[in-house]
Amino acid sequence: MTEILYFAWLRERIGTPRETVETGAATVRELVSELVAREERYAVAFENLSAIRVALDQELTDMDAPLMGVREVAFFPPMTGG
Amino acid sequence: MACTPRIRVQTETFDTGAELAAFGAQPRTGGIVTFSGVVRDLAGGDLTAMEIEHYPGMTERAIAGIAAEACTRWDLTDCLVIHRYGALAPGQPIMMVATAAGHRAEAFAAAEFLMDYLKSRAPFWKKEITAEGAEWVAAKDSDEDALKRW
Repeated sequence: MTEILYFAWLRERIGTPRETVETGAATVRELVSELVAREERYAVAFENLSAIRVALDQELTDMDAPLMGVREVAFFPPMTGG
Repeated sequence: MACTPRIRVQTETFDTGAELAAFGAQPRTGGIVTFSGVVRDLAGGDLTAMEIEHYPGMTERAIAGIAAEACTRWDLTDCLVIHRYGALAPGQPIMMVATAAGHRAEAFAAAEFLMDYLKSRAPFWKKEITAEGAEWVAAKDSDEDALKRW
């Protein structure tokens, strides 16, 4: 089981801050494809992948990162701290 | 000798002056640099609030990593990072960094490094709330470019 977290406008577009999914995806990109195929709201939220960042177990990474052994996946827009 | 950074992620406000009272109090400290970020109102003065969302857990981890890197790159004697989240009114403090070092060049460089990285590597997202609605603040390309100089 993989926990998926969404933040900022991604959370608003998908309509939930977190969900648990059963996935066989090998990479983040494959997981995104599975989500996008599920429902329209995911397709809308993930329309422009270059505007989305991903963290695996709270470490920033990229869309081609492997999901093996990962418990927590987080998707969010570019950060605006400071 | 590496310093031990102090990091706080909180909703409550803070007093920059009070935070600095005991900051960098060590014989080796020769200079202290601080930066504070405050909620800027919009041009028309119609900002109701700035809402800051963050990723609990990752936020603390990311800031700790950035601060540890600053302490490795420069010979700091003290380092403090405070960042707020939640709904903040215009004029309120959002965050502050303080660095202390033997000499000013190190303290300035470390503070700039911390700010550049906090801006685009610490998981915070700002949303501007006005009477007309709410809008997420977009990240700037220049923020990402700023990391390249380090």
